[in-house]
Amino acid sequence: MDDDLTVRVAEATDIAAVGGLDARITGLAKPDYWRGTFARYGARPDRYFLVAETGGRVLGFIIGEVRAWEFGSPPSGWIFAIGVDPEHRLKKIGSRLFAAVCRRMGEDGVRTVRTMLARDDALNMAFFRSQGMMGGPFIQLEMGLASARLGAVNVKA
Amino acid sequence: MKLQKATLFALLSVLELAREPGRQISATEIADRYGISANHLAKVLRDLGRAGLVEAVRGAGGGYRFSGNAKRTSLYDVIDLFGDIVTAGHRRQGSGDDTEIGRALTRVLDEIDEIATATLKSITLATLLKTMGWHEERLANAGDAAKEARDAGPPG
Repeated sequence: MDDDLTVRVAEATDIAAVGGLDARITGLAKPDYWRGTFARYGARPDRYFLVAETGGRVLGFIIGEVRAWEFGSPPSGWIFAIGVDPEHRLKKIGSRLFAAVCRRMGEDGVRTVRTMLARDDALNMAFFRSQGMMGGPFIQLEMGLASARLGAVNVKA
Repeated sequence: MKLQKATLFALLSVLELAREPGRQISATEIADRYGISANHLAKVLRDLGRAGLVEAVRGAGGGYRFSGNAKRTSLYDVIDLFGDIVTAGHRRQGSGDDTEIGRALTRVLDEIDEIATATLKSITLATLLKTMGWHEERLANAGDAAKEARDAGPPG
């Protein structure tokens, strides 16, 4: 582990580094998305955008928020993005970010933290499992709108 | 999900051995601890040995010890050794599979298989051993909280 690693709230000057890190991990650059995400989640109540930094270099990030009463669920923490520099994996950076966001969410009164990820995302799935997360009482459902029988439903606008 | 006996015995023994790598335990000791057949377990341990997950230690105080990588071995890897996993799209052909209802049912069963497979692949031996205590603690806390709420009686 990097001894001088700091986990702190993201600042506007971190956007380029976070976006760059995400582009390296996903192979997809999306600067507008990251500017928008920072605008919505940076330093806001019940929203968490944290970065792990050492020597002025951003090595990881985590983003989440508190969501409440979706299908009866009391306020709970949601993590919807995490990324760690591939060259610095296995140094507990992800664990530090996860612990930091859970601590902040706990301080804000939530007792459960959730996430949702692709079934075949083995890396992140194994990471969240290793932090103690398990399948919860909610299940994700979806359908393709193109194939849905929306036309068969008689909707009077 | 129901596992065959051999698969369940393999999971129990490999996790028991991985709990303290380096420690040697006899097949009889594992069998006694989990209330399972020592003869059946001996065969399972031989299969695990061939897969490189455990190794037999001969001589006095001999037995088996874990020889795999607990951080790199998932529950799926162990179960797959015994061919006990039906993956989506590989279900045995059954009656009605070529009908509209048969295909619809297959899609539902495939969905369940995909979730089970993803779950088993995401949990390494190390993760299960590391987190099992946390989950026990959580359940105990939830039980205590429920008892406190019952003892407190209805509000007002």
